[in-house]
Amino acid sequence: MIQLQNVGKAYETRRGPRWVFRNVNLTIGRGEKIGILGRNGAGKSTLIRMISGIEQLNEGRIVSDMSISWPLAFSGAFQQSLTGVDNVRFICRVYNKNVDDVIALVDDFAELGSYMHEPIKSYSAGMRARLGFGISLAVDFDCFLIDEIVAVGDARFQQKCHEELFVKRQDRAMIIVSHSDGYIREHCDWAGVLAQQTLTTFPDMDEAYAFYKAHERE
Amino acid sequence: MTQMQEPQPTSFLRSWAIQRRVIGALLMREVITRYGRKNIGFLWLFVEPMVFTIGITLIWTATRGAHGSDLPIAAFALTGYSSVLVWRNMPSRLVNSIEPNLSLMYHRNVKILDIFAARLLLEGTGVGISFFVLTLFFAGIGWLGLPEDPIKVVFGWIMLAWFGSALGMFIGALSHRSALVDKFWSPLAYLLFPLSGAAFLLETLPPEFREWIMLLPMIHGVEYVRDGFFGSHFTPYYDMQYMAICNLVLTLFAFSEIRRASRNLVPA
Repeated sequence: MIQLQNVGKAYETRRGPRWVFRNVNLTIGRGEKIGILGRNGAGKSTLIRMISGIEQLNEGRIVSDMSISWPLAFSGAFQQSLTGVDNVRFICRVYNKNVDDVIALVDDFAELGSYMHEPIKSYSAGMRARLGFGISLAVDFDCFLIDEIVAVGDARFQQKCHEELFVKRQDRAMIIVSHSDGYIREHCDWAGVLAQQTLTTFPDMDEAYAFYKAHERE
Repeated sequence: MTQMQEPQPTSFLRSWAIQRRVIGALLMREVITRYGRKNIGFLWLFVEPMVFTIGITLIWTATRGAHGSDLPIAAFALTGYSSVLVWRNMPSRLVNSIEPNLSLMYHRNVKILDIFAARLLLEGTGVGISFFVLTLFFAGIGWLGLPEDPIKVVFGWIMLAWFGSALGMFIGALSHRSALVDKFWSPLAYLLFPLSGAAFLLETLPPEFREWIMLLPMIHGVEYVRDGFFGSHFTPYYDMQYMAICNLVLTLFAFSEIRRASRNLVPA
């Protein structure tokens, strides 16, 4: 279970601290799949960065007894100048995984072929997404944090992600962040909406979407 | 403001194991990005400082007239320049080191302190090996005698490394807050070089001036190393307690600045 208790985050700006959100409360059980909707700048990415533990909270606390992935996003997690293989090695050392096993799995999932031996900066967005996904699947977590990223892949990649995440890893929790409701509607059990500097959760997807629509223009 | 996110309650041993793993991974990555796999690769780690030190030693030996006649000039140059490398290179490696590593901090266990520690270890090891190898090499070809008191040399050098690490962590974290740090550090390091005791002995200074210059913490380390190396040839001046207090204060400043940087960190 992951529990967010009155979580708040502020960023230092030139005119003093600016709250992104406050009083965020959220509980995610094992195997639960939840979506977070919000328009650009509502704090979606910030929220999952805090859940993953890479950004500090300004107030409240997060309690968890599950292993949580890094945010699978467009950027981050890789050293651009290093090759795919070197990045895999680094991540394996950090998470204490066997390098050879992970490379075999990543190779199989990401289908990058000889690009594995090229620097990440030469990758397309889709290739980077495939590599990031491949590694996180190989390292394996109780909860995966997904920041928009599935959308960048082609149909084949999306199919593979679906298979790996929602069929083979049905028992894992997932937090998916997006500004479009299609993907979330399809894959999540329930959703929360980030608006008015806080998170409002809805057990029903239609209600969440209606609320999101109503606050989209703020 | 607590975050408890390890699957099991984190014992000290467990976090120590994680931190060792992370710093190890960062070390390997640093070696690859910095030296690559071409030509002599990571050997540059200590070949580079060795080349500098040999150059300085040759120049100072050639112009030995400027120093006291009794002085073992090669030992003087080696101890002086090796000391400069420690307190100057460590901070230089940490200035602006957070920004290029932001993507690695996407992994929860990778913290600013780990990035700093990996770079400091690498820098310290490189300069340390260079100092050690050159001591044996110069002794082998008869340019200098082996240290009179090796323990003293090692202790003095560790104190210098502590000073370099603390100063490095402080300005490394500070450079994340203000770009000015980078602009000021290079000229400051350059100006401190002639004042740091690398190129003179405190005994040769007029007492009034000596008092002032002894406010610089690193000068005590240099004199101490030299006392261990060839102490019978000169009168050393140092106050290791003063240096330790300076190091300690600097370390506290460094940790508070790292905390501040971590609070506002946005991995990207």
